[in-house]
Amino acid sequence: MIKFYAHKTLQTADGKLPLDVSFSVEKGQFITIYGNSGAGKTTILRILAGLTDTEKSLIEVEGECWNNTDKKIILPIQKRSVGFVFQDYALFPNLTVRENLAFALQKGNDKNIVNELLELMELQSLQNSKPQHLSGGQKQRVALARAIVRKPKILLLDEPLSALDDEMRFKLQDYILKAHQHYQLTTILVSHHLPEIFKLSTHVILLNKGNIIKEGTPSFVFSEEKISSKFKLTGEIIAIEKSDVIYIVSVLSGSNIIKVIATEDEIMELKVGVKVLVASKAFNPMIQKIG
Amino acid sequence: MIDLAPLWLTAELALITTVILLVVSVPLCYWLAFTKFKFKSVVEAIVSLPLVLPPSVLGFYLLVAFSPQNAFGEFLDQYFDVRLVFSFEGLIIASVIYSLPFMVHPIQAGLKNLPASLREASFTLGKSKFTTLTKILLPNIKSSILTGIVLTFAHTIGEFGVVLMIGGSIPNETRVASIAIYDEVQAMNYEAANLYAGILFVFTFLILLGVYLINNTFSKANPLNND
Repeated sequence: MIKFYAHKTLQTADGKLPLDVSFSVEKGQFITIYGNSGAGKTTILRILAGLTDTEKSLIEVEGECWNNTDKKIILPIQKRSVGFVFQDYALFPNLTVRENLAFALQKGNDKNIVNELLELMELQSLQNSKPQHLSGGQKQRVALARAIVRKPKILLLDEPLSALDDEMRFKLQDYILKAHQHYQLTTILVSHHLPEIFKLSTHVILLNKGNIIKEGTPSFVFSEEKISSKFKLTGEIIAIEKSDVIYIVSVLSGSNIIKVIATEDEIMELKVGVKVLVASKAFNPMIQKIG
Repeated sequence: MIDLAPLWLTAELALITTVILLVVSVPLCYWLAFTKFKFKSVVEAIVSLPLVLPPSVLGFYLLVAFSPQNAFGEFLDQYFDVRLVFSFEGLIIASVIYSLPFMVHPIQAGLKNLPASLREASFTLGKSKFTTLTKILLPNIKSSILTGIVLTFAHTIGEFGVVLMIGGSIPNETRVASIAIYDEVQAMNYEAANLYAGILFVFTFLILLGVYLINNTFSKANPLNND
């Protein structure tokens, strides 16, 4: 169980923004923090890892106090059991893949975990390469593996897949899920990518201008409530075509394109690029803007 | 045959100065590169002073400070039996101060130019600042360290004003090559002066050439530039 509260004034492009966030995470959960850029998502991860200081904070992880500004307790970064995957991966250029993983070993750790992770992430053939010879997806797997070597209580992923193409994304999402389940981690992901969030997370925190405005399951957070439906899926509009009196909306969901019929009233809010929820209630698929 | 002692003395002085500065500068640079200390600029200005101050000014103040007639010099003399004026030890201390920016600037810039996430990643993996510095940061700024070492070494060889003020020209003690050249010219002994000067000229050129050659290969192989 993680209890998190933090208050910090962020310096953003639009001036000062107070970040004031409080949430809790159950052990073993996979949660995603979602929000516009500059909403403070990365800052939350950094505060949790001890990389960024706060004006006021109270963080408790499995009964252990990490931050308590009232009592002036700030646990050093090194003592926090976290695995952090940085947006730029932060692999050590002077070390090989295997050495990058082995660097994370602590005294008394079982060295077999390095082999185990190399195997789990399918990195054996690259273990003696330096990071600069790896592709983006490979670097990502190394960064993920390295973050897990210590078997941390919390795995923090800061938009780890944002630099990858869709195909690579799908593969790496599977690696992340595999690691999350295999090592029974509590994982917090920062992501912009709706299909990814639906695939990976059990809980979503929607952040806007430094405050949590909604939280719950992905389908709860990203849909207008109270639609009882037989099926639901999310995607992005790639085309809207007029056909006589109705419109045909093409929605890209994962790698599938779904065509949905919509009336003139329904497409008022819609345009190409908008994220939507497609749900079927009885016979009619309905289409709605989300996020 | 000319007296080789000034050349050896110069090399010895440059070597000792470089080693001391390397040991002192690495922690200082780490602090300068990452501290949030309010008066950091003041420290940076002091470190950089020898770049712009005439060597004679620095030499003059060190001479005053080290003189046994003044408090600091007297203290050293009485408690440690050390006299820094007109001695090789005094020259080393003066050179360390005088060449400080030449070691600090490249290493500090190297540390600052590394992505912050490297340091942070190491911390989140449970590593101390010391381990992070020695195992991650320093190995990734080898070319900056090399530049610092060579510039310090070459700059110490080229020292004149400070040495003249604080060391004078005592053979085998403080009479380094640059002083020897000056002495020989004063004595109208141009041939010897020419020989000393020529050796210094070629030697310093070769050092700098070596640095540029190595740094150019480094930067081609530097993983941080390829991303």
